[in-house]
Amino acid sequence: MANQADQIFVLLKHWIVSIFPAVVQPYLGVVLSVVAIIAVFPGLFALTTVIERKGLGRMQNRIGPNRTGPYGILQPIADGIKSLTKEDIIPTSADAVVHFIAPLVLVVAVFMGFAVLPMGRNMQLVDMDAGLLFFFAIGASTELSIFMAGWSSRNKYSLLGAMRAVAQMISYEVPLLMSSVAIVMITGSLSLVKIVDAQNQYTWGLPHWYIFTPWGFAAFVMFCIAATAETNRSPFDLPEGESELVAGYFTEYSGFKFALFFLGEYLGMFSISGLGTTLFLGGWSAPLQVLNFVPSWIWFFAKVMLSIVVLIWIRGTLPRLRQDQLMNFAWKFVLPMTLLNLFVAAIWRFMGEGLLRWIVCSAILIGVYVIVGTIGMRRKKFGPRTYRYAE
Amino acid sequence: MLGEGILKGLKETARNALGSYVSKERLTTVEYPEERLPLPEASRNFPFLVYDGTDWESGLRCVACQICEKECPPKCIYIEKSKDKKPDAVGKPQFYPAKFDIDISVCMSCQICVEVCPFEAIKMNTEFELSTDDRFEGLLLDGKELALSNEYYHQIHPTEAAEVDARLAAERAAAEAKAKAAAAAAVAKAAAATAAKSAAPAGAPATNTSAVPASTIPAGPTAQNSTGTPTAAATAPPASQNDAANADAPRAPKTDTKKEGDAS
Repeated sequence: MANQADQIFVLLKHWIVSIFPAVVQPYLGVVLSVVAIIAVFPGLFALTTVIERKGLGRMQNRIGPNRTGPYGILQPIADGIKSLTKEDIIPTSADAVVHFIAPLVLVVAVFMGFAVLPMGRNMQLVDMDAGLLFFFAIGASTELSIFMAGWSSRNKYSLLGAMRAVAQMISYEVPLLMSSVAIVMITGSLSLVKIVDAQNQYTWGLPHWYIFTPWGFAAFVMFCIAATAETNRSPFDLPEGESELVAGYFTEYSGFKFALFFLGEYLGMFSISGLGTTLFLGGWSAPLQVLNFVPSWIWFFAKVMLSIVVLIWIRGTLPRLRQDQLMNFAWKFVLPMTLLNLFVAAIWRFMGEGLLRWIVCSAILIGVYVIVGTIGMRRKKFGPRTYRYAE
Repeated sequence: MLGEGILKGLKETARNALGSYVSKERLTTVEYPEERLPLPEASRNFPFLVYDGTDWESGLRCVACQICEKECPPKCIYIEKSKDKKPDAVGKPQFYPAKFDIDISVCMSCQICVEVCPFEAIKMNTEFELSTDDRFEGLLLDGKELALSNEYYHQIHPTEAAEVDARLAAERAAAEAKAKAAAAAAVAKAAAATAAKSAAPAGAPATNTSAVPASTIPAGPTAQNSTGTPTAAATAPPASQNDAANADAPRAPKTDTKKEGDAS
């Protein structure tokens, strides 16, 4: 029974496919999975906008939206109707074709990332051997659409936003990859399904998630920082800093295209949260062995939503960084730490079982964190400013 | 330690987010259409016309003197003075505004009309929900829309309204007392004149005795009957009222002096 609930979507898919003739069955299976992904995640996006607005409101001691439907749940529907009925403006001097294609490219690229994420036991669109690589390759192509949007708008705010976005995303792509490489080193596979399987083991009822290892925890923290920057979320929302750049690269977008950018951004959040869940939080595996009776897909979505809530929490807490702070942080702190983490992961791999590797790995990481954090990130003490005047 | 401040901040926001569910004092939001904050007494938006009694047309304090129309900086008041006169709340015949419009799309809520009005007829309203789907006619308020009762005025500006009422009552009392005194003096003078004319040989004591009962008799038309002779004294006050329609208080002394001049 528990097994059936766990596999309900897989069984449903097989049942629907079996109705049709054998020739179309393989294609139909793929189409069904794609439709499911395309239906579920925009739904989650709608839910997330409400959670975000309510949550941010509460953090600022406001109530948040509460007019449309009970507790404002129908707010995204109202927003959707609004954005659909708004005028779609293309600036006269804009490159109309690129301007039109950019939001589509973003949404399509982001949706493709979901193809390799295992959302439950046997619930993945494709089990690719190089799933992780595919995910990052697709994730990097969102930069293209952002630059297309910024460039084609022919607006200085758009262009500045796009350039900031590209600089930021390329800078943080490196630590994002580096923190994930540690997982690949330990698991020995790029397949996300295999990575989850490797974590789906229990000792004394506790899971073998990678976050519960010194190198895994460090990698998780670095991954979170890089992922937040990668999705242009606060405190790394410089590309769309509304106080500086109106709306950044989508300044010139209105109506449904604006909504598509918004959707793309949130879908990016979901996919990167899904990846983080898969790599560090055990994917669809239950947090305790006794909780294994709960369907695996519930665990996956619960973990994704939890990370979304944490992202919202961080957004409500931290102010935006300055551009130089952003770059300093990426290149002077996050990247060295991830490189060190690769080294620590290697030590962990070759020291074998035992308490000693816990102590050694933790000591290295904490020591370097303290040293880099206190010395490397120390604010430079400038003396009183002196002025030189032309004689 | 790096990241310490971030954790501190996260704790603070979490405390805020959860605390707003526990203690209602944290949520300062007033959900406007359903609940609203009481307006401060000094708040004001656009002017309205005060009327006494129950009927707005007869009770309007405005006598169409048009001072506010002239003083209005953006010129948003349009008044047409009536041809005829109607009795006001106290029964005096007065001019009244045949048309009194205020264009609140032009009005800048400066309150100058209120300050210049000698009749306490125009006051500032606190009503702010004035949105309309017609931006020309809908924002041009006519006399009927502008007229609001004195009771309403007491509701929105209790202190100010009480002061105004006290002032009006005092003015009315003073005017009445003056009119009474004037009538009494006129009667006395008339009586003295007749007494002097008819009983010249009787001398000064006779005038004194006739004057004393005349002053005790209530002022007004009854005085006419008692003395019989002074028709001029009885008819003069209403006639002079017609002349000085604009002013209420200065009327009594004016008639008095005129009367005296006539008599002498």
